Amino acid sequence: MSMGKPLPHDSAPLHVTGAARYIDDIPVPADCLHLAFGLSHEARGVITAMNLDAVRSAPGVMRVLTAADLPGVNDISTAAHDEPLLAAGDVHYHGQPIFLVLATSHRAAREAAAKADITIEAKPALLSIDDALAARSYFEGGPLTWRRGEVAPAMAKAETIVDGRIEIGGQEHFYLEGQVSLAMPQDNGDMVLHTSTQHPTEIQHKVAEALATPFHAVRVETRRMGGGFGGKESQGNALAIACAIGAHLTGKPCKMRYDRDDDMVITGKRHDFRIAYKAGVDAKGKLVAVEFDQYVRCGWSMDLSLPVCDRAMLHADNAYWIPNIRITSHRLKTNTCSATAFRGFGGPQGMVGIERVLDHIAHRLKMDPLELRQANFYKKSRPQETPYGQPVKGFILPEMVKSLAESADYKGRKQAIARWNEKSTVLKKGIALTPVKFGISFTLTHLNQAGALVNLYADGSVTINHGGTEMGQGLNQKVAQVAAAGFGIGMEQVRITATDTGKVPNTSATAASSGSDLNGMAVKNAVDEIRDRIARFLATEAGVKPRDVVFAQGRVTAGEMDMTFAEAAKHAHENRISLSATGFYATPDISWDRAIGKGHPFFYFAYGAAITEVAIDTLTGENRILRVDILHDVGQSLNPAVDVGQIEGGYVQGAGWLTTEELVWDEKGVLRTHAPSTYKIPACSDRPDVFNVALWNGENHVPTIYRSKAVGEPPLMLGISALMALSDAVGACGDGYPHLNAPATAERVYMAAKRVQGAR
Amino acid sequence: MDIAFLLNGETVELTGVSATTTVLDWLREERGLTGTKEGCNEGDCGACTVMVTDHSGTKPINGCILFLPQINGKSLTTVEGLAAPDGTMHPVQQAMVEHHGSQCGFCTPGFVVSMAAGQITGETDHDRQLAGNLCRCTGYAPIVRAAVNAARQPVPAWLRDRPAGPPMGAYVNDFQPTTIAALAELRRAHPDATIVAGATDVGLWVNKDHRPLGNVIFITQIEELRRIEVAPYMIRIGAAASIEALRLATARRYPSLAAMLDRFASAQVRAAATVGGNIANGSPIGDTPPPLIALGAMLQLRNGEDMREIPLEDFFIEYGKQDIGPGEFVEAVVIPRDQESDRLKVYKLSKRFDQDISAVLGAFNIEIKDEKVISARIAFGGMAGTPQRARAVERALVGRPWTEATVRTAKWSFAEDFRPMSDMRASAAYRLETAANMLDRYWREDQGEAVDVREVTS
Repeated sequence: MSMGKPLPHDSAPLHVTGAARYIDDIPVPADCLHLAFGLSHEARGVITAMNLDAVRSAPGVMRVLTAADLPGVNDISTAAHDEPLLAAGDVHYHGQPIFLVLATSHRAAREAAAKADITIEAKPALLSIDDALAARSYFEGGPLTWRRGEVAPAMAKAETIVDGRIEIGGQEHFYLEGQVSLAMPQDNGDMVLHTSTQHPTEIQHKVAEALATPFHAVRVETRRMGGGFGGKESQGNALAIACAIGAHLTGKPCKMRYDRDDDMVITGKRHDFRIAYKAGVDAKGKLVAVEFDQYVRCGWSMDLSLPVCDRAMLHADNAYWIPNIRITSHRLKTNTCSATAFRGFGGPQGMVGIERVLDHIAHRLKMDPLELRQANFYKKSRPQETPYGQPVKGFILPEMVKSLAESADYKGRKQAIARWNEKSTVLKKGIALTPVKFGISFTLTHLNQAGALVNLYADGSVTINHGGTEMGQGLNQKVAQVAAAGFGIGMEQVRITATDTGKVPNTSATAASSGSDLNGMAVKNAVDEIRDRIARFLATEAGVKPRDVVFAQGRVTAGEMDMTFAEAAKHAHENRISLSATGFYATPDISWDRAIGKGHPFFYFAYGAAITEVAIDTLTGENRILRVDILHDVGQSLNPAVDVGQIEGGYVQGAGWLTTEELVWDEKGVLRTHAPSTYKIPACSDRPDVFNVALWNGENHVPTIYRSKAVGEPPLMLGISALMALSDAVGACGDGYPHLNAPATAERVYMAAKRVQGAR
Repeated sequence: MDIAFLLNGETVELTGVSATTTVLDWLREERGLTGTKEGCNEGDCGACTVMVTDHSGTKPINGCILFLPQINGKSLTTVEGLAAPDGTMHPVQQAMVEHHGSQCGFCTPGFVVSMAAGQITGETDHDRQLAGNLCRCTGYAPIVRAAVNAARQPVPAWLRDRPAGPPMGAYVNDFQPTTIAALAELRRAHPDATIVAGATDVGLWVNKDHRPLGNVIFITQIEELRRIEVAPYMIRIGAAASIEALRLATARRYPSLAAMLDRFASAQVRAAATVGGNIANGSPIGDTPPPLIALGAMLQLRNGEDMREIPLEDFFIEYGKQDIGPGEFVEAVVIPRDQESDRLKVYKLSKRFDQDISAVLGAFNIEIKDEKVISARIAFGGMAGTPQRARAVERALVGRPWTEATVRTAKWSFAEDFRPMSDMRASAAYRLETAANMLDRYWREDQGEAVDVREVTS
């Protein structure tokens, strides 16, 4: 049985030998053209003159396209039709593509693109949250508010009230493989694309729109991505469309990959937030009322900002019962790159808001923050409702947190740290436990569906195909294990194939942590279908009931009959049994009314908790994570090795977001941190010295694939414990509350420590 | 240029190669060896890591900022060349599979090559070996588990026995002189030529700025220019000595300098980057000039037959302007060793500990006798347009008792010495305050107080 085994990633032997093929590794015909965008050098303005002669005459340049040269719709947006592929007239951010170069090499295209002479009449750009608020530059005309209860009277009766605000920076995805696409023109005007994307179907649709053809004329294939993290949910559209247009116009294959600096300048990032809060608690520290204003810098176009902001609101409660609450979301349109999906999809920012509130209250009440958090958890016995009206069922966080606090000796270490801090002048330590409750399902309900295609060949070998994409998360490995388990065969008999819009159509993005939940179930349904056909056939032959036909350990037994799985396949085939099936799955029990913010948007919640211990240097603010203990809920694990990998990686990525990863734009709207030399994701030595990760032993209370739970996004939010531990360490410098913003760079930690020392 | 080298054990001869074609582009585009990846094209992510072996040893190097002529006469091993001829995986490859060290797999070839190079050199500090390989998926934990495991196993025979260069040795090229005298002559004849040492900076001019370099003179093949002489009275560091060589040569004498050099950059960059390059490019944020200035180093400049020697601090005139004439080049830097009492401490402040450019780099060399400061040489990077001494601070210390009160007073003088700027690395205020706090740190460290956050454990 392959389920639940810690098997290596299916591509691991290919990864380590360099044989795993990414888009840029695919051999291309010699006449392949290479593409590069020419970019805007202003954050906002009108193009008044464009001289591209030097670009056109640069070595290797075959063609240069502007908006006027496009054959179809000039749009790369996910839905709103507000994002031209090439700016036509107005430019909306520094780095916006204006023209497209087709050249004989990647280097020639890039060098030529830099030679343009473009005059842009600059206009005042809205760069910051404050700029946008002053200009009332909102998407959807104004803020969106969801409420429950009566905040004002509850707040009036509160024993203690805290208010404040936290600035939370964005985050660059820094997938190691940059955005890349390859278009190969076919006969009859058809187009085949190889694209590094989490959403092949959207690429198909957008390319068809750009070429003014039906969807069936475009096929998109994605074998694997070198990392996605949400950054390849919509941000690959531009390259794929550019390549398809280039191939359409020239008849030659066209490839485009962004140089890293261009990638970081052009593409969207995690939304940066400012969260203003006011929270009241009763005498026991229980929340009675909370108000959040979430100010979000969405950038110049809508992209996925609305659902991202919704999810931030949906996670404003995290794991806590808040009887009276108002959440207002300000979706601000600014002249910066269009912020996009990033692992957690707004959830992390929403969660930071409430964790900050609890940290602030604990400081005010001089309570242990963990005790305060525990006191405010949802009740398990009688399911309480979230602010959006979904009962919190299967709420295992109280047991998990108790177990983790004990196994990691939270109390003992908290006391030891206090003693250590008393003796240490310039170095201080801090510790914090934060929980995660993350809603699983796309909030746009119709996306919660998946399809699969399973082929059993007459020699007993199997290919599986599904709508999900592999970006490193081990989706294909998990799904292959599901298939092998269904047929009772070894993994070597199951071949994973590239995601292909020609095999499984109308798919959703691999996003919202849904990959294995949706596609695993779809593949299982297809496998069950084929297996049942064989079982019915063999049952008739053997004179037993279909359910008595057993598929296990590579063999099939039916009464007296006993044969290898391969023999069973051959035998079924020769008796004209179909060995190919599609599978389909739609998540049950979900509904959502976005306008009023009520419903049952999530099939279930995934849980986790982390304890982080840090040390800071108050002379410089330099800080380090010393130890991390994590207990995470993946239900009944499909593959514990893959799941632990997601948790370790998610934690480090989340901690990076909140510590060293700082995006800096200058006063002209130019991103100054556009390469790994200036934008610092965690390096090897930044991982915690002690890093204990355990899986909660349990199963999902709702019927997911083998009772497992989604694991892609939730662990990222375990990293919030690093920010809260830093707050604890800074708090040890004096009496004031640290008011630590994120990312808590050395500079912010230093300045916060100085403030707290000043308050002594 | 004409070059010969070993590629995964097989001799390759190329004629007429451009001086600025990178090894990465050549491997991927000409040779079809696509296992080596482009992640950032600037030497910061390590996805393009290749292994370069010559008679001085084996090094991991970033292929994206390594020009083809730089491997003339050497042995180049890529991820495709690590497994045995019969396909048996290298122990690091096997360990990476077994310990789940890859997820998306894009950074993996670079990691595997760095780990294999570390196994050959016997490096067991995996954080040090892997600081230049970024992974966005795993959080590094499984990769380090794999590295620990692989380090216990012997270097496979097929790699151990691979020669350090092609049988014919390096091809001779006019612009690859092999003696200092020849370089001096060439430099004089071509004062406008670009000197390329490790190409860790020049590589970016080519890849990012598309800057035409004109004639290019390569210098790291000049053995005598790479030499580091450690004599009783001085240490003389040839301009083409790598940062890694400097780190190893100073580990005992100046442990604080060597520890900072760990953080100067990744193993890949340290193996390629040179001391001369770090000085000659005149960057205000190069990490070697401040400690060298604090040690009273002298710079030796050569022009043809002529040699002149100046205090290193005088080399940096203003931002973008150095005291170097046409036809002249940096030949060596000399640290006098007459002061046995050197008490050098070097403090680097950056957003990330490893492989990051300094926001502030402070080097302190304060001599104490009878509890009094008798001399102080303090130099900073990141605080001005050039690496610069903190003369007012030095004045506020010398002759005074070595006490907290003196330190507290001297900290006020930093504002007299420096008016740093704000940029994406740090604000001016933060730079100024932390620079002053570094003096505090130096004093506390002197009193035996624990001040290094990197030494703290849970």
